[in-house]
Amino acid sequence: MNGTNDLAQAIPRAADYIRILPEIVLAIFGMIVMVLDPLMDERSSQKILGALALVGSLAALIATLFQSQYAGLGFWNMVRVDSFSVFFHFLVAAVTTVVILTSYEYMAVQGIRAGEYYALVLFGALGMSLMSSAVELVLIFIALEISSIATYILAGFRRRAAISSESSVKYFLLGSFATAFFLYGVALMFGATGSTSITVIGDALRSGQIPMLAYVGVALMFVGLGFKVAAAPFHVWTPDVYEGAPAPVVGFMSTAPKAAAFAVLLRVMFEADAPGRVWLIWVVAALSMTLGNVGALVQDNVKRLLAYSSIAHAGYLLVAFAALPNNGIPAAMFYLASYAAMNVGAFAVISHISGQGERYVTLEDYEGLGRRRPLLAAMLTIFLLSLIGIPITGGFFAKFYVFSAALQANLVGLVIIGVLNSAVASYYYLRLIVVMYMREAREDVPLPRIPLGLGAALAISLAATIYLGVLPGRVLDYAARTAAEWAH
Amino acid sequence: MSNALDNSMLTLITFIPLAGAVLLMFFPRRDRDIRVFALVVSLLDFVLSLHLPVHFQRAQTGFQYEINQLWISNPNIHYHMGVDGVSMWLVVLTTFLTPLCVLISWKSIHERVKEFFILLLVLQTALIGVFVALDLFLFYFVWEATLIPMALLIGIYGHGRRVYAAVKFFLYTMVASMFMLAAILWLYAKTGTFDFVSIQGAIHNGQVENFSGAALWLFLGFFIAFAVKVPVFPFHTWLPDAHVEAPTAGSVLLAGVLLKMGTYGMLRFNLGLFPEQSRSNASWIMVLALIGIVYGALVAMVQPNMKKLIAYSSISHLGFVVLGIFSFTQAGLDGATYVMLAHGVSTGALFMLAGILYERRHTYEIAEFGGLATPMPVYATFFLFIVLASVGLPLLNGFIGEFLVLSGAFRDRAVYGIVGATGVIWSACYLLWMYQRVFFGKIKHDVNLSLPDLSGRERAALWPAAVVALVMGVAPLLWLNAIDPAVQTALAPFAQLASKMVGR
Repeated sequence: MNGTNDLAQAIPRAADYIRILPEIVLAIFGMIVMVLDPLMDERSSQKILGALALVGSLAALIATLFQSQYAGLGFWNMVRVDSFSVFFHFLVAAVTTVVILTSYEYMAVQGIRAGEYYALVLFGALGMSLMSSAVELVLIFIALEISSIATYILAGFRRRAAISSESSVKYFLLGSFATAFFLYGVALMFGATGSTSITVIGDALRSGQIPMLAYVGVALMFVGLGFKVAAAPFHVWTPDVYEGAPAPVVGFMSTAPKAAAFAVLLRVMFEADAPGRVWLIWVVAALSMTLGNVGALVQDNVKRLLAYSSIAHAGYLLVAFAALPNNGIPAAMFYLASYAAMNVGAFAVISHISGQGERYVTLEDYEGLGRRRPLLAAMLTIFLLSLIGIPITGGFFAKFYVFSAALQANLVGLVIIGVLNSAVASYYYLRLIVVMYMREAREDVPLPRIPLGLGAALAISLAATIYLGVLPGRVLDYAARTAAEWAH
Repeated sequence: MSNALDNSMLTLITFIPLAGAVLLMFFPRRDRDIRVFALVVSLLDFVLSLHLPVHFQRAQTGFQYEINQLWISNPNIHYHMGVDGVSMWLVVLTTFLTPLCVLISWKSIHERVKEFFILLLVLQTALIGVFVALDLFLFYFVWEATLIPMALLIGIYGHGRRVYAAVKFFLYTMVASMFMLAAILWLYAKTGTFDFVSIQGAIHNGQVENFSGAALWLFLGFFIAFAVKVPVFPFHTWLPDAHVEAPTAGSVLLAGVLLKMGTYGMLRFNLGLFPEQSRSNASWIMVLALIGIVYGALVAMVQPNMKKLIAYSSISHLGFVVLGIFSFTQAGLDGATYVMLAHGVSTGALFMLAGILYERRHTYEIAEFGGLATPMPVYATFFLFIVLASVGLPLLNGFIGEFLVLSGAFRDRAVYGIVGATGVIWSACYLLWMYQRVFFGKIKHDVNLSLPDLSGRERAALWPAAVVALVMGVAPLLWLNAIDPAVQTALAPFAQLASKMVGR
């Protein structure tokens, strides 16, 4: 930003705006939804604003595809469009689309006035998208805050339920604490290297001796991001928040912000070549996998169960970060994509079954679902099998790439912990499948017909899960391009 | 026969049941039509699978009917299938038993009929896939894929403690196969391929770095997955539970085919990829096999439950297979393969017979019966025939295999043969004693007086098994002349190994 004395350089060019086109689209649609909300009565606001938000997220998807032709830096080297950012923009927009489709029915059933809900989802997506393309730590922090504040509010959207408000407040307090850590880490990093630009930091760290301050900076940034991705030991908020927040929001929270935070982590760890990476990650990954899976074993609430499972999955994902860049980066990106597909799908089913006031969220409420709704149960089964990591689902290849990347980096110990953990994990996912198929049907849980929006959401997630499981090559090759671009 | 047909034959045989299952999903819930359709599909598959032995080049070693196409480029996964003399017969065994399973489930499954036959056909595809897959990834995939339909068959259609049995079955085998997955991944990381033949070549030529250090662990990784499946003592505890709770068709496929996945895996992968480690670990494995033979037989003897008795007899019989495989002799391996086939037919038939009785009385307790030969003479005759086949009476199928295994084991070390031979005696004890208690003596329970004899459908399910048991006992060469070359190929590295040791 040394060009401030030159007026011509201080004015952004058209190309700069293309670099943030999806963010612009999301912001415009978010604001339109917000402005229209007070002008409408509650009933019509559901339909129209939801549809508008859907159009917004699809437009962001298209903008991302358009933007992918214009790779490069923008806004005084603060954002960069590369295959990495395009990948995450696409992922976030796709997840947003599916979540909006899921929320459509959910909001009507819960009787929540939905206008600002959709606006917040779009603003959140804006922040997450920006996190993946920002290459300047201060901008990353701002993007992180945009996405976080939106999700804090979304977590408390079941206003009539005390548990939802509790979840929101808890998330907000701990979350702001964690972002403060991140900011502190950024400050120390600036002290250590004299810059907040990731590329400059990377060059500085590679060129000479690494100052002690840099290690501390990386550790503090990792605390902030570790909180966002729910990695142990920064995971304690997860089960409570997931239990209280509305089910579609949990589907959103557990995938899109997580993907964005992991994107930042990838940039910091690999593009900036953070020092002390392997051992820091080793410990956190092993801890997350183990605590997540062991915690999930004893859960009876489906949302809490998936909360612990998401901690465990953060652990598997981190295994990729301990590997070498050219295997680890694509493995982590592939994992995020397939985790997003299966988890959003699973939460779509959960939000359908939960019913008014989310009364039906325990394992018992799923008894006999296989008999009462064979199709719905079969879809949930496929998502769960994918979470276990059974072949021909995306979850299998996700684990496969991660573990084989770790093996190539000779992290045999970590792989063994991971493999044992996935064996443990199969138990609690199976419990749910067993309950669905091998218990007598419970007739007192109402099961409405699957509406169009939810059907579309399920179909998209299912298709993505299976696609990634049968033909993973294209997505992986695309992800591998990033590693090649970042190679120094 | 045209070459194109030969190339796609295995694909057809593997996926016809799956295609049938997919079609069944769109069937209206008219149970009778569903049963007929499942029967037609499985019979069609059986007829097609007969193409394999008919056109099999018996003089040729290596794999036949091969198909090898790139499936996924990263990781390097191929759609590679092929059969040799061993796996070909196991495929035919699978396709032979499935129509019988359909027949035997005709009446006993009357709820959720559609789902049952869908699961059965999906299971068949996965089972065939296990025997034809030559890409380790493909193999692992179908290996795991057998778990889900089988666990669901047990868990939904089983008896009292079905959920417990299903979950135990799933977890036991799933956890064990994780170790195999780890070994497969290690091999992939070092060789860059999943192809069985390429990996075998790379290991043989010493092109795998760090192999000597890891080989023992790799061997054990594969072995544990297979040992749980067989099951080798002490990994057997899931089997009696699974068998007792499973519906009849589930038991037939479980004993008939699923257990053979384990022994087939040992033969193909443990011996094929790690000959040296197989050699050096053979002694304790053979001891475990012998313990299995004797222990299984002794426990079978005291079972009050007919189905549990047959389940433990499976542990005993499969001990023979493991014993034969790790004797590394031509006779031992020939015999092991033959026992696999013979046990599939006769134990499959035993489970069908037990299931027929259960349909009439809803119990497996031996004490509930007695004197059944009077009301059910045809049934009693079939039962006796199959029991004798199972016991290993000469001229029936059990004899050939066990004889070959024992002669192989004897050649390896006399004491193995001697202890193994007692297993034959034990099996005569528990099976014939069970037969006596069920069919002879006075009728103790009045209900048993009026039990109906076999229906036409039940006879249709039992006749093929009985005929095959006889033919296998009289003309074993029909099978052995295809098995022989495959076994020779499997043993080739051991001959070299022996000469290497002598050379030192």
